[in-house]
Amino acid sequence: MMEAQILQFLQSSLGSSWSVVAPVWPAIWALLKIVSVLLPVVAAVAYLPYFERKVIAYMHLRIGPNRVGPAGLLQPIADALKLVFKEVVTPSQASKALYFTGPILALAPALVAWAVVPFDDGMVIANIDAGVLFLLAVSSLGIYGVIISGWASNSKYAFLGAMRAGAQMISYEIAMGMALIAVLMVSNSLNLGDIVTAQDKGRFVGYGLDFLSWNWLPLLPMFLVYFIAGVAETNRAPFDVVEGESEIVAGHMVEYSGMAFALFFLAEYANMILISALTAIFFLGGWLSPVGFLPDSIGWLFLKIAVLLFMFLWFRASFPRYRYDQIMRLGWKFFIPICIAWILVVGVWMMSPLNIWH
Amino acid sequence: MGAIKDFIGSLLLTDFLKGMGVTGKYFFARKITVQYPDEKTPLGFRFRGLHALRRYPNGEERCIACKLCEAICPAMAITIESAERDDGTRRTTRYDIDLTKCIFCGYCEEACPVDAIVETHIFEYHGETRGDLHYTKQMLLANGDRYEEEIAKRRALDAPYR
Repeated sequence: MMEAQILQFLQSSLGSSWSVVAPVWPAIWALLKIVSVLLPVVAAVAYLPYFERKVIAYMHLRIGPNRVGPAGLLQPIADALKLVFKEVVTPSQASKALYFTGPILALAPALVAWAVVPFDDGMVIANIDAGVLFLLAVSSLGIYGVIISGWASNSKYAFLGAMRAGAQMISYEIAMGMALIAVLMVSNSLNLGDIVTAQDKGRFVGYGLDFLSWNWLPLLPMFLVYFIAGVAETNRAPFDVVEGESEIVAGHMVEYSGMAFALFFLAEYANMILISALTAIFFLGGWLSPVGFLPDSIGWLFLKIAVLLFMFLWFRASFPRYRYDQIMRLGWKFFIPICIAWILVVGVWMMSPLNIWH
Repeated sequence: MGAIKDFIGSLLLTDFLKGMGVTGKYFFARKITVQYPDEKTPLGFRFRGLHALRRYPNGEERCIACKLCEAICPAMAITIESAERDDGTRRTTRYDIDLTKCIFCGYCEEACPVDAIVETHIFEYHGETRGDLHYTKQMLLANGDRYEEEIAKRRALDAPYR
């Protein structure tokens, strides 16, 4: 569609020199798509901390950053400049190569995963049929960044933080994966675009109440488990024992400064946005409109992501940090049994005459 | 029965929703931030800030070097040396307050029989080197001269309650 138009335009304007561009055109086109997805993501990652500070400040009866630029809107730029110009201190006993691999390994998976995220019908960088598998594989890579940086820092705090992060992220990945199994069962596909379109049918769509036929309602326990496990997976409050500042300072990030630290920071927020986008796609109908009389559009996806991100910030402003054993208990003794039970329920439901997913 | 109710409640995340209700309510509440350099909160007239040595209206310094303030100062921040002046009165030759030691308790003010040492409403001052917060007699007298009007007003407001 859009590619064809651009191709036609380029061919007509370049004339004979098009033959030079033609062989590399697929690469150029892929690069363009990647840039057009990653730039907004990075911009959103830059501004999410600003909104986090504002939202949490408002819940504390404060007003948050308001000094740099109008309403403090240039604050992220000031923060970024500060971090860019700060020295990157390396502990003398650290393993240098691994020490600098850590932050990159933390950030890269959070950005790579956007390859399979569909923004609108067909608007996706890589429309692969194993999208969910790709996501599960890539998102579990993020933990290597944490573990490696904690280990390579050669510091007690960083090491303890990395151990906590490792245990926590692995336990919650199981719950997340299990929550997705039910989604896969009802949508009968591993392609994210198909998962969204599968939510666009059912009795309520006929009534014009599309939002009631999305996965969140029949799979409500899975929706809650997935989103809460997502909060734990991104090491956000109330599951932020990894960087519990009252116990282990900043966890695996403790020895990092300047841009190396900024990469961890970006990774955390990129992961938040990713988890929100995935929750919106798996359970809240992606780009689908919530009511029949409004058109489906990419704007709905952004709105859903924004609401879910607000939930992240709301959680952080509301809840005290979980104790480490409570986190483990929640993950292993509540979420996983709930997932197994609901997978059974959905399986029986799909086999019964009451099946709503045809 | 209670245990079952608790179990179901915890499964439905009721406690969490209650907590989020509280923060959600405050999200829309009026913000109480005072934007300090632009806005300031009112000060009570008993506010205890930077010290000053006062003078009588005729320009004579009030302090008679009785050293009661030096004696009562719990932080031992005040150092006084006294001598007889040419006219035969007892006066200080040195009156130092080390503001890095001072705890701003106001005892010196209470102890003074002639209302010479007072703590003013000034709280915005700083020192760039360690010595800058070591106030000498000249500096304290200068403070008194500069803020006498405000000091007198505040003391008059406080007088009915003493």
